[in-house]
Amino acid sequence: MQAFSDLLERLILTPSRNGKIALLAGYFRSQPSPARGWGLAVLTGELDIPGVKAGTIRKLAEDRVDPELFRLSYDYVGDLAETVSLIWPGQRGANRVPPIEDVVETLLGATRAQGERLVAGWLDMLEPKGRWALIKMVTGGLRIGVSARLTKLALAEMGGVEPGEIEEIWHGLEPPYESLFDWLDGTADKPAPDIAAPFRPVMLAHPLVTKDKRDTPDAIDPAMIDPDVFAAEWKYDGIRVQAVSENGTRRIYTRTGDDISHTFPDVLAGMDFEAAIDGELLIGAPNGEVAPFNELQQRLNRKTVTKKQMETRPAFIRAYDILVEGEEDLRPLPFRERRQRLEAFVDRVGSDRVDLSPLVPVTTLEALEDHRNAPPAPEIEGLMLKRWDSVYEAGRPTGPWWKWKRDPFLVDAVLLYAQRGHGRRSSFYSDFTFGVWRDGEEGLELTPVGKAYFGFTDEELKLLDKFVRENTIDRFGPVRAVTATEDHGLVLEVAFEGLNRSPRHKSGLAMRFPRINRIRWDKPAAEADRIETLQTLLPPDPIANP
Amino acid sequence: MIRPDLLLKPTPKGLYCPPGDFYIDPVRGAVDRAVVTHGHADHARAGHEHVLATPETLAIMAARYGEGFAGSTQALEYGEAVEINGVTVWFSPAGHVLGSAQAVVEWKGLRMVCTGDYKRRRDPTCRAFEPVADTHVFISEATFGLPVFKHPDTDGEIAKLLDSVRMFPERTHLVGVYALGKAQRVIKLLREAGYHETLYIHGALEKLCQLYEDHGVALGPLESATLETSERGAQERFRGKIILGPPSAFHDKWGRRFPDPLPCFASGWMGVRQRAKQSGVELPLIISDHADWDELTDTVREVDPEELWITHGREDALVRWAELEGRKARPLRLVGYEEDNFE
Ligand SMILES: [Zn+2]
Ligand SMILES: [Zn+2]
Repeated sequence: MQAFSDLLERLILTPSRNGKIALLAGYFRSQPSPARGWGLAVLTGELDIPGVKAGTIRKLAEDRVDPELFRLSYDYVGDLAETVSLIWPGQRGANRVPPIEDVVETLLGATRAQGERLVAGWLDMLEPKGRWALIKMVTGGLRIGVSARLTKLALAEMGGVEPGEIEEIWHGLEPPYESLFDWLDGTADKPAPDIAAPFRPVMLAHPLVTKDKRDTPDAIDPAMIDPDVFAAEWKYDGIRVQAVSENGTRRIYTRTGDDISHTFPDVLAGMDFEAAIDGELLIGAPNGEVAPFNELQQRLNRKTVTKKQMETRPAFIRAYDILVEGEEDLRPLPFRERRQRLEAFVDRVGSDRVDLSPLVPVTTLEALEDHRNAPPAPEIEGLMLKRWDSVYEAGRPTGPWWKWKRDPFLVDAVLLYAQRGHGRRSSFYSDFTFGVWRDGEEGLELTPVGKAYFGFTDEELKLLDKFVRENTIDRFGPVRAVTATEDHGLVLEVAFEGLNRSPRHKSGLAMRFPRINRIRWDKPAAEADRIETLQTLLPPDPIANP
Repeated sequence: MIRPDLLLKPTPKGLYCPPGDFYIDPVRGAVDRAVVTHGHADHARAGHEHVLATPETLAIMAARYGEGFAGSTQALEYGEAVEINGVTVWFSPAGHVLGSAQAVVEWKGLRMVCTGDYKRRRDPTCRAFEPVADTHVFISEATFGLPVFKHPDTDGEIAKLLDSVRMFPERTHLVGVYALGKAQRVIKLLREAGYHETLYIHGALEKLCQLYEDHGVALGPLESATLETSERGAQERFRGKIILGPPSAFHDKWGRRFPDPLPCFASGWMGVRQRAKQSGVELPLIISDHADWDELTDTVREVDPEELWITHGREDALVRWAELEGRKARPLRLVGYEEDNFE
C-alpha cells in the first residue's frame, strides 16, 4: 500500500495534468505486477469490492478515540477520511504494511461484514497516508482528480504507445492486467483479447472561439468557416455514444469506452444491423421531440431499468457518423463520404431506435451565429462544425471538428442563503442560493431558483464571504440567510446552460450548470429579474399525462 | 501553598507576574520588563525597556531588530537563576529553536514552568528539551493540540524530499521554511542525510543562517538564491537544485522565476492534506518545531504537574484530554501568538 498511497497523495497535490501523467507513469514503471495492476484497477474504478460506509468508518474511529476529541479534530480537518486516518491510534513501532495486492485480493473475496473487520485490522497496521488511501478505496470514489482517461494516457506514456491502442483493448482486459503491463514493458506482444463488438476510440471536437470574441491562441478567424469546407449539425444535449453491433453482439459505449449496454435494452433491441455508429443518445418525448436532459439522467447510472421507465422514457440514438459497416472500416474516408454512407444506412435499417442527425445549412457566418444562439429546440446546445474532408481520427485533433456552443443564458438574481464550502473553502461561505422576484400573497417575494458554488475568483469569494457575514439575518446549521429585500440585497448575475421543469423545486424549475458570472454590487436588488423571465425559457411540458 | 494566579496570570498584554512585575513573551505593546522564551517574532518583540533572555535569543533579537531593540538586556544561561523583585527566574532548554527556553518562575515554594514553544524530537541545531522536576503548574503551548497531529519520523520526511529531487531532476525544489529555526534545521538534516551540494537560500534566511554558523552549527555550502543577472537562461543553473526560502516568497515573482518549480513546505501543518492543497504545496514535508499531540500529552504525563495551563493553540482538545486523565487544566486563551506563520 505504501507506493500506492504515496502516489495518491502526490496526485491530489499536483495540479498539472502533465505532472499527474508523469506520476502515474512513474508508478506503473516502478511497481511490480500485480501490485500496479490492482492500483490501476482502483484508479479506474474497475473493482467491485464490498463497500464500507463512511458512517461505519467514523464509528470504528469513535470506538477507539474519545468522541469529543474526534469531533474537535473533524471540525478542524473537515474531511472524514483524513480525520480518521490521522487520529487512528496505530500500534506504535511494529507495523507491517500490507501490500496492495493482499488488500484488494482479500477484499474481493470478502462479504460486507468481513470487509469491515478487515478494514479495521489494516487501519491498525498502516500509517496515516496508507489509512487514508484505504478509506478512500473502500468508501468508494477516490475523487483525486484523476479520470480513467488520464490513467490510460499515463499507460500509453509508460509504454510509448498511442492512447487509442489501449482504449481499443481495454474492454477485453481484466484486473490485475498482467498481459497489458507485459506488453507495455516490451516483454510480450500486444494482448489481443477476443472482444466481440469492440469499442473504437472516438474523435472529439475543440470548443470554437472566434477571434472577434476573444483573441487567444485557440481562437480562429470567422472567415475560416466556409460552407464549402464545413458541414454543420446541431449539438444535442444527450450523451455521446458508440453503438456497435457485430456478429450477434450488441454494445453501447460512452465516448470514454464505458459499456452502458445494460442500461438501454430498448436501444439494443433496435440495433438490428452490422455496423459501428457514432451518435447522441437521447430520450424521445411523447410529441415526437427530444425530451430534456434530466429525463435521460433518470435512466443513466442505473444498474437495472424497469419496463415502465422504458415506456415513459424511450431512448434512441441520433446518428451522426458511421465508423464500420459490415466488414468495412469507414474511418479513413472523408466525412463527406461517411455522411452519404450514414444516410443510406439509416434509411435502409429503418430502426425506430436510430435516426439521422440533420445537417444545418451553412450559408453565411451570420446565419450560423443565429442558428447557434436560437436553436429550434431547447435541448440543442449549439452547433457542431465538421470539415467535409475530415477522416475519423481518434483523440482531439485541432482543426477538423469544432463545437460551437450557444452563449449561456444570464439572469440577475438576489443572494438568499450561503453555506460553508468544503475542503479548501471550508472557512468561507461559498455555496450560494439565489432567487428571483415573483408576486406572492403578501406582495413581491423572492423565490429560490438555483445554487452556485463557482464562477468567482478567490478575491471575489472573500468579498462574498464578507458580505454574508455582515448581512446575516438567520442561521440554520451551516447555512446563513442574508438580507434580501427590495432595498437591501446583493444581485448576482448568474450564467446557466438551460432550464428544466422540476416539481421538486418550489419555483418549479431547475437550472443546468449555474455559475456566478458577475457580482452586481452596483445593481439595486429591486431591479433583479422576475420569475416570468425564466419561465419563458422552460421547455414545453413533455409528459403532460404521467 | 499560595494560589498560582498570584504568581502568574493571563492579561491582554500576555502572561504577567505581579510580584516580579514582569511579563513572559508579552504580545502587545512595550513593557518595562520582559522575559523572552525564544526569538520568534511573535514571542520576542522589539521596544521593551528591559529584556531577560538566553544569550542566543538576545543575539537573534539583535540580528532581527538591530542592537537597540530594548532599553537594556540581561543574558541568562540555561540553569542559572536570577531574582526579580523576590521572584526567582531561570531557563531550561525547550528544544524549539536555537536559544529557546522554558521560563521557570519560583516564589514562596511555588514553581511554575512556561514552555514557550517546544518540541521533543531530535534537533541537531539546538539543545534538547529538559523537563523540570517538581513543577506545580506547567504552562504549555498547544499549537498542535489535536490528536490528528502526529508528526511522522523527521528523517523519513527528509528522505521524501531527496527522493523527489532524484525523481524530478529537471525541477527546482522550492522548500518553504520559516527563517528562524526551521531553515537551519532542514539544512542540517539534509547534510546529515548525505546531501552535500550547495543549497540556495532566499535573502531573508541569510542573517540567521550566519548567526547559527557563528554559534557552532555548521550548515555546509550555502549560496544566495538571488540572480545577479537578468540575463535569460541564468536561472537554468537552479534546475534540479534545492532552494530554501520563506513560503510567502514562493508565490510572488521571486518564486516564479525558477525553472519548473516544485513547491514544498516544511511544517507541522502539512500533516493535514487540505492545508497543503490550499497553499499550493505539491510536496508537503511534515517537519515541525512544535510538539505534536503525543509529545504534548507525553510531556504532561512526564512532568506530572498539579495543574496544566495552556497558553495558545488548540487548547480545547488538550483540556478535554486532561479531563479524561483526571488532570486539572485551564485554558489561558492568550491572543497574539501567530502560530500559522511561525511554524
Ligand atoms: Zn516559536
Ligand atoms: Zn509560538
